[in-house]
Amino acid sequence: MSAETASVTERPSPLAGRFANWNVAIIALTVLVLIVASASVANFGTSQNFGFLVLDLLPIALVALPMTLVIVTGEIDLSVASTLGLSSAVMGYLWNANQPIETIIPLCLLLGAVLGAVNGFFVTVLGLPSLAVTIGTLALYRGLAFVVLGDGAVADFPALYTDWVTGTIGGTPIPNVLIIVVALAVVFGVVLHATPIGRAVFAVGASEQAARFAGVRPGRLKFWLYVVSGLVAGLAGVLWTLRYSSARADNGAGLELAVVAAVLLGGVSIFGGKGALPGVIAGVVLLASLQNALRLSDVSNEALNVVTGVLLIASVLAPNLANAVRAAVSRRRHRTESLHRSSSRKDLS
Amino acid sequence: MTAVGLPGVTARRSSLDLVLRARELGIVLALALLVAVTAISNPRFLSAQSIRDILLGTAILAVLAVGQAVVVITRNIDLSVGSVLGLSAFTVGTLLRDNPGLPVVVALLVGAGVGGVCGALNGVLVRYGNVPALVVTLGTLYVVRGITYFWAGGQQINADELPAGFLDFGNATLLSVPYLVLIALLVLVVTGLVLRNYRAGRELYAMGSSPQAAKLAGIAVGRRTVVAFLVSGALAGLAGVLFAARFGTIDAAAGTGYELNVVAAVVVGGVAVFGGSGSVWGAALGALLLTTIGSALAVLEINQFWQQAIVGGLILLAIGADRLVAARVAASLKKRGSHVS
Repeated sequence: MSAETASVTERPSPLAGRFANWNVAIIALTVLVLIVASASVANFGTSQNFGFLVLDLLPIALVALPMTLVIVTGEIDLSVASTLGLSSAVMGYLWNANQPIETIIPLCLLLGAVLGAVNGFFVTVLGLPSLAVTIGTLALYRGLAFVVLGDGAVADFPALYTDWVTGTIGGTPIPNVLIIVVALAVVFGVVLHATPIGRAVFAVGASEQAARFAGVRPGRLKFWLYVVSGLVAGLAGVLWTLRYSSARADNGAGLELAVVAAVLLGGVSIFGGKGALPGVIAGVVLLASLQNALRLSDVSNEALNVVTGVLLIASVLAPNLANAVRAAVSRRRHRTESLHRSSSRKDLS
Repeated sequence: MTAVGLPGVTARRSSLDLVLRARELGIVLALALLVAVTAISNPRFLSAQSIRDILLGTAILAVLAVGQAVVVITRNIDLSVGSVLGLSAFTVGTLLRDNPGLPVVVALLVGAGVGGVCGALNGVLVRYGNVPALVVTLGTLYVVRGITYFWAGGQQINADELPAGFLDFGNATLLSVPYLVLIALLVLVVTGLVLRNYRAGRELYAMGSSPQAAKLAGIAVGRRTVVAFLVSGALAGLAGVLFAARFGTIDAAAGTGYELNVVAAVVVGGVAVFGGSGSVWGAALGALLLTTIGSALAVLEINQFWQQAIVGGLILLAIGADRLVAARVAASLKKRGSHVS
């Protein structure tokens, strides 16, 4: 941690350059994977598969948006998948209790926001480390989901809603849910990159103390980010339930790691202060399309984990190595120059 | 680390020691309360079989927790332990299935070796790749698990394929203490002593308290980081062998999700997530408490589904309590400092 901050203060420009490079690189890599997969994997380019791809990346994409902001402020939220699961379980519970779906959905969103607020309270009011807090609520929320719904499943949600989630816009192959993803991505992108809130997010991530001196209230900002993170996870829980028409307590288990992997793959620094939403979107699409393409090529789902893991480590390692090489080269150039200078000075004397 | 010759240092150290001991005392009290309540409502809880089950479960979790504590004390984290346990268990299972004559010691060494290689890889990536531990070990969590699935390809190793000697090792006892528990105790005592009394151990605390200061003090931070991850990996590998011996049935999913239990045990045991404080004793006590809660719920006929929620609540409680204690200690140190000057 210290090494990173030290090098940031010493040499800001190469790091800024490297970040921009990575963003471009990840988007290029994503496009490349999409092209290669369409050309070489049977059925990858079909409109039906496109629909599946979008539905597969839907929960990760949604949750990754607020996660990006949370990680840019230097915190983390590992409880999102459990929030998704609890939202889904409560949805099933209320549906079993014969509540109308029109009340259930807002309640689940509210629940998500409240769960996020609990995280925010522990992190910002009590000042506890977010990693430990959200590992705690990861277990707590998932446990509560099982308490609410047990290990059964609730199905038979109204077809009107489930059909909308799995359906497409008019006669086009564009899935309905893509509207939600795109709309939220635009909102989060604009907020992060074009508003004072976004600048505050980056400022807090770069240096909380400096941000406070500049008039930002880091605690309040982080609290609301956790609320939004919970809200979006609650929404993801509702959509997940409707997509599979099945409310289960273990819905989305383990998703938090995939989300964090996608965000970091998208070039967001785990130390905060750096990152951009287009890169994150590319990271999500890259992971989802790789998984989709490999699955179509009959590679087992679990072996895909190797690809995810390697990409995750490489996303941070590659720029570091490039930087180290660049630094070594410039050091050598520096040394040879100074040697030249001293030898020429000798010539003069 | 010990500022010799300064007045008041010994008093300060003993008061700090007391606080830390109080932290572990808290877990012991919670544990005693839990056992008492459960035993009163159902005496079966204290039967030899029930205690044995709890201790066997604790042995595996405690070995993992000790390794995790070593890493967390240096202000890092190792999320790959569950996957490493799985790879080690499957490696040892395959090895024993194909060579039934192999002695148990070889199995233990192979398991620890496999884990050690994974741990060293983590350490090298953290140290020389300059990649944060959370990212590296999240990555190797996926990679190692994926490799195990790739290798296993859906096959499962059953108890009847394993040599009887190995399964006996999982059940046998010495003076009515199971071998697995003895191994866990050995790991705990050795690691605990090294961390408490030896330079190598104290330097890990120094690194966790302040990486910069540790570097300035001449501590080989890089090498120590790699060694900490190596220890965590090797212990996860060892835990994999214990897992194989205890359950006998091994597939590629062995140990999935263990990392959260392990981190929970360590945090509940009073090891601060930002390094520099806590002990492996606390981590092992945390493992014991979590395992006991699981058994107690079953005995009390409380819905098993509550277990995870309780673990989550305990983590929040533990870090909250630690925060409170830290604030108290800081305040009292400040007060004492002002008296001296």
